Amino acid sequence: MDKQLVISSSPHIRSTASTSRIMLDVIIALVPTTVMGVLLFGIRALAVIAACVVSAVLGEFLFNLIAKKPQTVGDLSAVVTGLLLALNLHADVPIWQCVIGSLFAIIVVKCLFGGIGCNFANPAITGRIFMTLCFTASVGGGASLAFGKPEVADLTTSATPLELLSKESDALPSLLDMFLGFKSGAIGEVCGAAILLGFLYLVIRRVIHFEVPLIFVGGVFVLSLAITGNPLVSLYHVLSGGLLLGAVFMATDYVTTPITRLGKMIFAFGCALITVLIRFYGTYPEGVSFSILIMNILSPYIEKWTLKRPLGGAEK
Amino acid sequence: MSLFKLGKVHVPHRKNTAEAIPVRMPAPAQVSISMLHHIGAPATPVVKPGDKVYVGTLVGEAAGYVSSPVHSSVSGTVKKIEKTLVSAGKEIDSVVIESDGEMTPDPDLRVPEITDFASFSAAVRASGLVGLGGAGFPTSVKLDAIGKGIIKRLVLNGAECEPYITSDTRTMVEKSDLLREGVELLCRFCDFEEVVFGIEKNKPEAIAKLKDVFADMPKVRICPMPSTYPQGGEKILIYNTTGLVVPEGKLPADVGVIVMNVTSLAFLASYVKTGMPLVEKVITVDGSAIASPANVIAPIGTSLGEVIEFVGGTSCEIGKILLGGPMMGVAVWTDAHPVLKTTNAITVLSERDAAPPKSTACIHCGRCVSACPMGLQPTYFARALNISDKREMCERLEDEKIGLCIECGCCSFVCPAKRPLVENNRLAKAAVREYKTSTAAAGKKGGDK
Ligand code: SF4
Ligand code: SF4
Repeated sequence: MDKQLVISSSPHIRSTASTSRIMLDVIIALVPTTVMGVLLFGIRALAVIAACVVSAVLGEFLFNLIAKKPQTVGDLSAVVTGLLLALNLHADVPIWQCVIGSLFAIIVVKCLFGGIGCNFANPAITGRIFMTLCFTASVGGGASLAFGKPEVADLTTSATPLELLSKESDALPSLLDMFLGFKSGAIGEVCGAAILLGFLYLVIRRVIHFEVPLIFVGGVFVLSLAITGNPLVSLYHVLSGGLLLGAVFMATDYVTTPITRLGKMIFAFGCALITVLIRFYGTYPEGVSFSILIMNILSPYIEKWTLKRPLGGAEK
Repeated sequence: MSLFKLGKVHVPHRKNTAEAIPVRMPAPAQVSISMLHHIGAPATPVVKPGDKVYVGTLVGEAAGYVSSPVHSSVSGTVKKIEKTLVSAGKEIDSVVIESDGEMTPDPDLRVPEITDFASFSAAVRASGLVGLGGAGFPTSVKLDAIGKGIIKRLVLNGAECEPYITSDTRTMVEKSDLLREGVELLCRFCDFEEVVFGIEKNKPEAIAKLKDVFADMPKVRICPMPSTYPQGGEKILIYNTTGLVVPEGKLPADVGVIVMNVTSLAFLASYVKTGMPLVEKVITVDGSAIASPANVIAPIGTSLGEVIEFVGGTSCEIGKILLGGPMMGVAVWTDAHPVLKTTNAITVLSERDAAPPKSTACIHCGRCVSACPMGLQPTYFARALNISDKREMCERLEDEKIGLCIECGCCSFVCPAKRPLVENNRLAKAAVREYKTSTAAAGKKGGDK
């Protein structure tokens, strides 16, 4: 036999899962949210999304080129980062700020730490926080709806429901409007229904475990209930701000959450707790981003505590 | 039975040959019989070129306790004794025999006389049987635990969790009577509390057959198991059938269990009746490059190429030939490689399937961690292996229990980044071994931690 046979280590078959397929699934899961965002906030939202995605992908591409690293944009994770950042922003954020935020997320938070898998904090979240701190005036506020029920648009000119909630204003949109997205807020945060669709898709495709979003969102509900004693207000808390988007798409990020299933659950609960604490007692009306960032930092420790006992492993 | 669910993966089953009755292949023109089929010492050749041998004639003598004799699988003349490179990378003697095509059994073969455990143990040793399920540990050594009186349970491995392979399935379906005789034989020497057959549920015919055959033996439990990989791993099988955990560094015998592959048991039962040692194997020939998958009865020492030819050859260019299944099989570099005692399958993959996947950075997804049946963190080993300080590296690896890895392949299989995790684990184990020997040699402590 003169043909060279391939010699390699077992196993000789691999599952069909791949990094780029996982990222593609996340992008697919974000489609309803993205579409709703554009429908609700108009062409301006599309511009923000395009700016973030393009600068994230280009940023990673150029970084790899300059740093002479293997090209990684093909794994689509930069697209996810850019998209998630955009969905976390209001539609009227200046485009140049979007570009800077997106480049910060990709280059500083991800590439400089060694690229995919090596960053300790979620790039999109960190990018958003960076922008909140740098451009407080434009990023902190809320954009008005491009169209929608007039009475809702009236009610929500600039204050987001969370701000209204924290001011105990009675000018709140109805719960149904909150769920469907007829309220002001970030592009991808407002439509709970679309996020829910994405959540179901990710669970069915086994990209994420259902527990993490459930514990995060459920935790916020229960804790709000414990503090306010009012189920209606708690429901508003669930549907407000970036909670749903964060719980489904950012608290489930692989890289920056514990590797174990139990660890992921603890992570989710920690996020819920910190979110509620910030929302009720902090100076910022919104706590989702900070809670996820803080838990990102704690993640390695949670992971260490929750490692499985090896089968038959002797005690150390 | 078992308290916690172990990690597992869903591999494709592809049991195309489950119904295929094994076909005996004609005598090959020549066989090359390796002196090493298992862990332990290779046998020593006891024939010389020109010697006349028959089917079942001893050609290699066991050299030491953990060693097993080897017999001729054809009748004919010894042509030469040559050194061949085996999969483990060592050079081992092989006895090359030119067949006369007659397949005459050795006229001197006798049915072994078994009166007590000592004579039984001697017979098992003489049969040349090694664990047919995988590692090929000499069966006599394993069964000696019975003599020590510490064994309470017999677990029979009929899981056959690897894709493609159906040779054990065929044993259970066709040789259930031999399995019954085998169980009765072992029960003569050991008062087992329980005999458990662990069989994956994707073999309903085998389960039904054995339930029927053992209906009147209350001691025997047929335990259908989910069809997930790796149910057939020894420690996993023991846990899933009995709930017992074999501690790190211990043997199943230490928790009172003996595990035996069903085909090994059936062979044992036939050996005590006929005296014909282990000279042939039922082999599943399948894989993406095989035109028509089949089960074949092939003499040990036949070249893989001939077996593949016999089932009708390949349908495309061969990329890879494996001894065993795709999850744990060993890739060989030539189709001239002989059939071994432990060969239960030949998996032939097309060039497309053989191409190694491109590996990218770990995305920390945790799939390997949830898949690992031993509860390890495969992605950690790779990280530890990168530590430059040898001492620190080995301590980390040991802390992370690299020694428990059974190299089942679940972690590599599920990894979306296509990390070579199993390969890393092998390197890591070798590194730890090397470090230990070097420190032991240097007279420092730290050898047994
Ligand atoms: S090969 Fe080792 S580390 Fe990987 S899943 Fe199997 S036992 Fe776990
Ligand atoms: S399965 Fe692969 S990518 Fe996922 S944690 Fe394990 S090594 Fe990393």
